[in-house]
Amino acid sequence: MRNLLSLAAAELTRNRMLLAGVALLALILVLAIVGPLLVDASQAKVGATIPRSPPDGTHWLGTDGQGRDVFTVLAFAMPQTLKIGLIAGLISLSVGVALGLIAGFSGGIVDTVIRLASDVMMTIPGIAILVLVASNVREMTVELMAVIVASLSWMVATRTIRAQTLSLRERGYVQIARLNGSSGLKLIFVEVMPNLLPFIAASFVIAVSSAMLATIGLEALGLGPQNDLTLGMTIYWAQFYGAIIRGMWWWWGPPILVIALIFIGLMLTSAGLDSFVNKRLGASS
Amino acid sequence: MYAAYVARRFGIMLLVIFLAVSINFALPRLMPGDPIQAQLSQLMASGSGGGDVSAMVQSYQERFGLDQPVWHQYIAYWQSIFSLDLGYSLINYPEKVNTAILNGLPWTLGLLGFATLVSFTLGTLLGGIIGWPRTPRFARNLGSGVMLLSSVPYFLIGMILLYVFAIVFKWFPAGGGLPFGLNAGLNLETVRGVIWHGTLPALSIILAETGAWAIGMRGMLVSVLGEDYITFAEAKGNQPRRILTRYGMRNALLPQLTKLALALGHIVSGAILVEVIFSYPGIGFRLYQAIQSKDYFVLQGILLLLSVSIAVAMFVLDLIYPLIDPRITSRGQ
Repeated sequence: MRNLLSLAAAELTRNRMLLAGVALLALILVLAIVGPLLVDASQAKVGATIPRSPPDGTHWLGTDGQGRDVFTVLAFAMPQTLKIGLIAGLISLSVGVALGLIAGFSGGIVDTVIRLASDVMMTIPGIAILVLVASNVREMTVELMAVIVASLSWMVATRTIRAQTLSLRERGYVQIARLNGSSGLKLIFVEVMPNLLPFIAASFVIAVSSAMLATIGLEALGLGPQNDLTLGMTIYWAQFYGAIIRGMWWWWGPPILVIALIFIGLMLTSAGLDSFVNKRLGASS
Repeated sequence: MYAAYVARRFGIMLLVIFLAVSINFALPRLMPGDPIQAQLSQLMASGSGGGDVSAMVQSYQERFGLDQPVWHQYIAYWQSIFSLDLGYSLINYPEKVNTAILNGLPWTLGLLGFATLVSFTLGTLLGGIIGWPRTPRFARNLGSGVMLLSSVPYFLIGMILLYVFAIVFKWFPAGGGLPFGLNAGLNLETVRGVIWHGTLPALSIILAETGAWAIGMRGMLVSVLGEDYITFAEAKGNQPRRILTRYGMRNALLPQLTKLALALGHIVSGAILVEVIFSYPGIGFRLYQAIQSKDYFVLQGILLLLSVSIAVAMFVLDLIYPLIDPRITSRGQ
């Protein structure tokens, strides 16, 4: 474990893209954790302030059409949006890694079924199922949102892990371990898993990123959790009440900025991990 | 070999369409309190369905045969799909779902087709420039900025464009597909109106997508430039520019073309939120309206269209792919 940490530290100092991405994400995460503790929750309630007032000394980012303080709303929306992304990313990653390992190791009919399932799921447009489910659920919550989004984003991880498992299980040291009498589970967890870690990390970032993209898209269509504050729902309400036409940039501008920063952080991290996994790409960039 | 490959791909397409239709059928029924029924009775009670709703109610009962067993309803659903009868809009009765889709489709195809082709061309060129080691540093940094932009969801870029160019500067209209009150026809005024209204939506897609194409191209080019035949071409004394275009970009273009075909397959679902932001009268905006007003038949019809069009596009892509790259059929086995 200590070895792994020093390896990660060494990679971070060498890989500027990864460093920038991780730093940005860490900053956002800290803000999301600390933010709700520093603001007054009552300011995020409908009618707490005078609606539609531009930013000033008391309301740093102004107030929205229903009298909520935009800065306070942001402070509560950020952790919720990140929570959906993280839960959905974790679920789809676990499903993806499990299925990928099973498919790669067992081969035969099991592999065929898993491959076919992920092929089919990749072709069915996620947005169609998401809209269908979300518009039929009676009350949407943050957790339910995460599960729905996760159920449609496990395929990329499955494919990546399966392909890597297939190539790893034929390597010399895995063969030797097998000849030495290691059982299947021990082979997977001791010999194969550690070598999959960079791929798992990369898959996780991609999973979180695509889950957040789907979430924010659904929310902007008005299918998100109605009673929770999230970044996507903030944009939906701004759009719904015509904030752009009315020139209330402080209502929709800040959430857009935060979302953009989250995605840029995820993208830098993903690209950094990519060049770590694929040294050939990394060497020239 | 090719026949077996085609058969497998065709099977997957059928499976996808089958699943899409079945999910479309099953989901509303699995949910508590049948939303369609609720919506319909509410409409009938308030009488706001727009005149005589009996034809709609009848079509609804025929279609779903609510007194029939589920498997019977399921077969009836398939029958209506095969006869391309998607029913009526619940809100804009007596508008048929087919009409709603056909009205929106040209707008979406036009906007997305144009934006996709432009961003493909720009992005591929940009990726080629960034991936080329001899490109000056400042140009590469500029390109990286565009690539960063691609990670931001495009409808958010659309919101910023809308505010800056339509609200603050008033250079472009804030929404719609045509100037208000203009009847569409084949004349210069219509063309000008369509371009004027389409500029901002198209621009927001292009800004976001160009970077994505550039990333793909750069990645491919970098790995192509590591191949032996590039070294050989250098050894033969070729001009660097010739090596980049003829040897490098040409070979790196192949996966880009695949992705272009894929993107064209996703064309219908690609711009839902951009259409919403700009009130652009395409499929996406209609879907948004259907969600807002709980117009379930329009909703299902559009979602079905999305699924089937992508499944068919993927199949066509699978057919073309082995012709471009013969290694595929054998690798797929």
